[in-house]
Amino acid sequence: MGFGNYRTPHSYGYVMTERSSPHAIQSLEMRGVVKRFPGVMALKGVDFDVRAGEIHALLGENGAGKSTLMKILYGLYQPTDGEIVLNGTPVTIHSPHDSISRGIGMIHQHFMLVPSLTVAENVALGMKSGRGSMLDLKQIAKALNELSERYNLKIDPKRPIWQLAVGEQQRVEIIRALYRGAALLILDEPTAVLTPQESDHLFTVLKQMAAEGHAVIFISHKLHEVLAISNRITVLRDGARVDTIPTVGATKLSLAEMMVGRPVVLEYEVPPPAAEGVVRLKLEAVSAMSERGDLGLREAALEVRGGEILGVAGVSGNGQHELAEVIAGMRPAVNGKIIINGAVSTNITPEVLRKRGVAYIPEERMIDGVVGKFTVAENYVLKTHGEKTYTRGGLWLNMRAVANACRKAIHNYEIKTPGTDTPIKNLSGGNIQKLVLARELAENPGVLIAAQPTRGVDIGATEYIHRRLLDERAKGTAILLISEDLDEVMALSDRIIVMYEGQIVGEVVRGAYDVRHIGALMAGVTAEALEDSA
Amino acid sequence: MNRVIQVRTTSTNWLRAVGNRLLDVAPLLVALILAFLVGSVLLLALNVSPLAGFSSMLQGAFGSENTIAETLVKATPMLLVAIGICISFRGGMINVGGEGQMIAGAVAGVTVALALSTSPSLIAVPLSIFAGFLAGAIYGGLAGWLKAYFNVNEILSTIMLNAIAVQMMNYLLNGPLLDPTEAGVNHVPKTARIAEQLQIARLSIPLPEGVAELFSLQNAELFARTRLHWGLIIAIVLAVLAYFLLWRTTIGYRIRAVGENERAAKYAGIRVRWNMVLAMLFAGGFAGLAGVVQVLGLQYRLQTDGSATGFTANAGFNGIVAALFGGLNPLGAIPASIFFGGLLVGAQKMQRDLGVPAALITSLNGLIVIFAVSSEYFRAALARRRSLGGGSMSGAQPVTAPPETAETRIDPGDSIGLVSS
Repeated sequence: MGFGNYRTPHSYGYVMTERSSPHAIQSLEMRGVVKRFPGVMALKGVDFDVRAGEIHALLGENGAGKSTLMKILYGLYQPTDGEIVLNGTPVTIHSPHDSISRGIGMIHQHFMLVPSLTVAENVALGMKSGRGSMLDLKQIAKALNELSERYNLKIDPKRPIWQLAVGEQQRVEIIRALYRGAALLILDEPTAVLTPQESDHLFTVLKQMAAEGHAVIFISHKLHEVLAISNRITVLRDGARVDTIPTVGATKLSLAEMMVGRPVVLEYEVPPPAAEGVVRLKLEAVSAMSERGDLGLREAALEVRGGEILGVAGVSGNGQHELAEVIAGMRPAVNGKIIINGAVSTNITPEVLRKRGVAYIPEERMIDGVVGKFTVAENYVLKTHGEKTYTRGGLWLNMRAVANACRKAIHNYEIKTPGTDTPIKNLSGGNIQKLVLARELAENPGVLIAAQPTRGVDIGATEYIHRRLLDERAKGTAILLISEDLDEVMALSDRIIVMYEGQIVGEVVRGAYDVRHIGALMAGVTAEALEDSA
Repeated sequence: MNRVIQVRTTSTNWLRAVGNRLLDVAPLLVALILAFLVGSVLLLALNVSPLAGFSSMLQGAFGSENTIAETLVKATPMLLVAIGICISFRGGMINVGGEGQMIAGAVAGVTVALALSTSPSLIAVPLSIFAGFLAGAIYGGLAGWLKAYFNVNEILSTIMLNAIAVQMMNYLLNGPLLDPTEAGVNHVPKTARIAEQLQIARLSIPLPEGVAELFSLQNAELFARTRLHWGLIIAIVLAVLAYFLLWRTTIGYRIRAVGENERAAKYAGIRVRWNMVLAMLFAGGFAGLAGVVQVLGLQYRLQTDGSATGFTANAGFNGIVAALFGGLNPLGAIPASIFFGGLLVGAQKMQRDLGVPAALITSLNGLIVIFAVSSEYFRAALARRRSLGGGSMSGAQPVTAPPETAETRIDPGDSIGLVSS
């Protein structure tokens, strides 16, 4: 199959000047791919294929092998066994450089951009310039403008990366891949950092690219996205392919069952709050600094009643982190008042907060939640080790009592661990999170701050954690649920507040949830502007 | 959930446990072998046969009743310092101030002992020892306080405090504490000799009849005519106590939690700053004990040649080596200290016999530490492999975990059965 016989949509003149030859990927197949890491088999003979003009979704839980498979395709890993067949010819991809030169581009979850350089300079990185040792930025900028116009990916080549929002940075990554002549684009969880509107826009772009003959591999664990965008879906579980099916005819439920390997519940029945509970958590104009040294949280005011889940939606980095930490006593409030069960609790230690009934599931469980090298049992009593139940005379730790209590929690919370004396870092994310949950709920808190409680957690554990949160709600706990996963927030919350640039910019009550409305608030469109446009 | 996790004692389980423990120790042995290999190269470079060198060393360290005693005498202050180092390092404090803390303890201890020279030993000895502990603790705690409340790097502050302690000691030994009989005569910087009833007794072990003859020993009591003193027993008992402190009390739990993950500890309501200071108080206290025990048990006076290590003979630094080699576990520090004590004593014999500079041993010490610390990474990789492979995860603990016996090991298969039932 020669290049000259046909012309792919991306093989325009400006690409040619960059010495990157036009690539044609008609089909790409991975056959029986095995990847063995020391002591673990990450891929157990996976077949996967993608054709020009299609969007092929790769679906699976964390650890199912999606990323490993794609890293092999991108040349970051070498397969232990199996082959990659490009346009009918077996190939070996030695490195990312190799895969790029074959027309494969990958958009990683964490962008590979240099913040201080401009868009054009970032694109020029790692490429040979047409002008020898001189950078050919003008040429690149011109080409980028053409590409951005063509795909409606608005981007200014002269702006430095650090000035760009996350969604814009992703556009830069996509344009860079296209500029380098990618005919096959791999996107690893691309919507994790986007608002619903931005996601929709991305989908439009991807569909246009597919229509023009590109092949797209879309890695995700979000079922509705996969259903919305793909032509075919391949589901991986435990390093093996479950099946490859056409998207037409697939449902959320059928996909989820394929992912987990058993029937799952995706929607919960959230009964209306039994009665108006008392206000357990109240914030009055609370502000806090962010790590960057500016006001990350500005004048936040909210109320959560007992038996109520207040959801906090927002794109990552819009003050949710500061909000959670300031309530949990991990970050000082620079002004405002935090009132727990009627008692002013601004800037008091986590220890006192605990006594006032505040529990906290931190966003970064390995940093704030557990001591990695400590055993499961030691972590279970991180907050309560000084209590009478676990000590003799307040000084000697009663290891047997600790182990027994921990064993109960392991049983009650269905935590999978070899034993109570296993270092907790050896457990999976879902099981660590369950232990944190068990610890935080052990003292029957009146207020629970749950920050990203299911991030990086498998579907089974997610379902379990959701049920526990609803149980707590039924018990009368006031729950603040902070999540970047809009589906999660909408499924569980009685009310949702939306954060944008450190401020609470809107509130929606259950029954009036609308993704587009919440998405607009997340993107910074004011409530007034929304009403005007309506 | 009332089901108790069964502990199986089948032979395969036992074998696996032993195997895990062997695998845990293996990297350390490899480190030792590598260090001695490099040491052999150094010996060859000095035109000495490694075999002759090391056998001379072995003889010098463990060859006779007296050399064994000397090895233990060297090990005693090292062990006391190492216990403190274990606690401070576990608390996340890189304490290199053992020297200064030893000196602080020795100065305070000898001052009290001289002041109480006419008091009964039952009062004066504990008081002197306590004074040494307290002074060392304050000196170490100072660095902890600077770190916890002003974020002063503890490595820098402890090193500087070492220098201050040496000069302070030199001043005191040349002035206020100078032995009156020395004044105006030789002016050797040393204190007066402490009263006999305040000295820590020599240690000797009565032997059953016949044993002395069997080994052709001169005395019926082992170590009878050596410098070995009860300080060794004090150190070993304290090592055991420190082990319990670290792994069986809330105090140790908090210190370790702060050392491993400050943020999680803070959120759990543990007072992070106080525990940093506390870890350094303990570390300084144990180093201070090393100082005072050295005075009361061995030298019977505080004296120095004015150099930085004139009094401590580097025990404050060697204690760090022993603690690291002992896996930052006070129990592991016991054999580690004896081992390094043997190296130091053996080196002197090697120097006498073969003319090899004893400084070679200092470099051997360094090599062992480098290899031992890098073996830590090796061990971690091994542990990860084994745990990923679905083997016994409880055996895949890094050296920093408390040792466990085969009896307490929980069978993974069984406990998983428990949670799924």
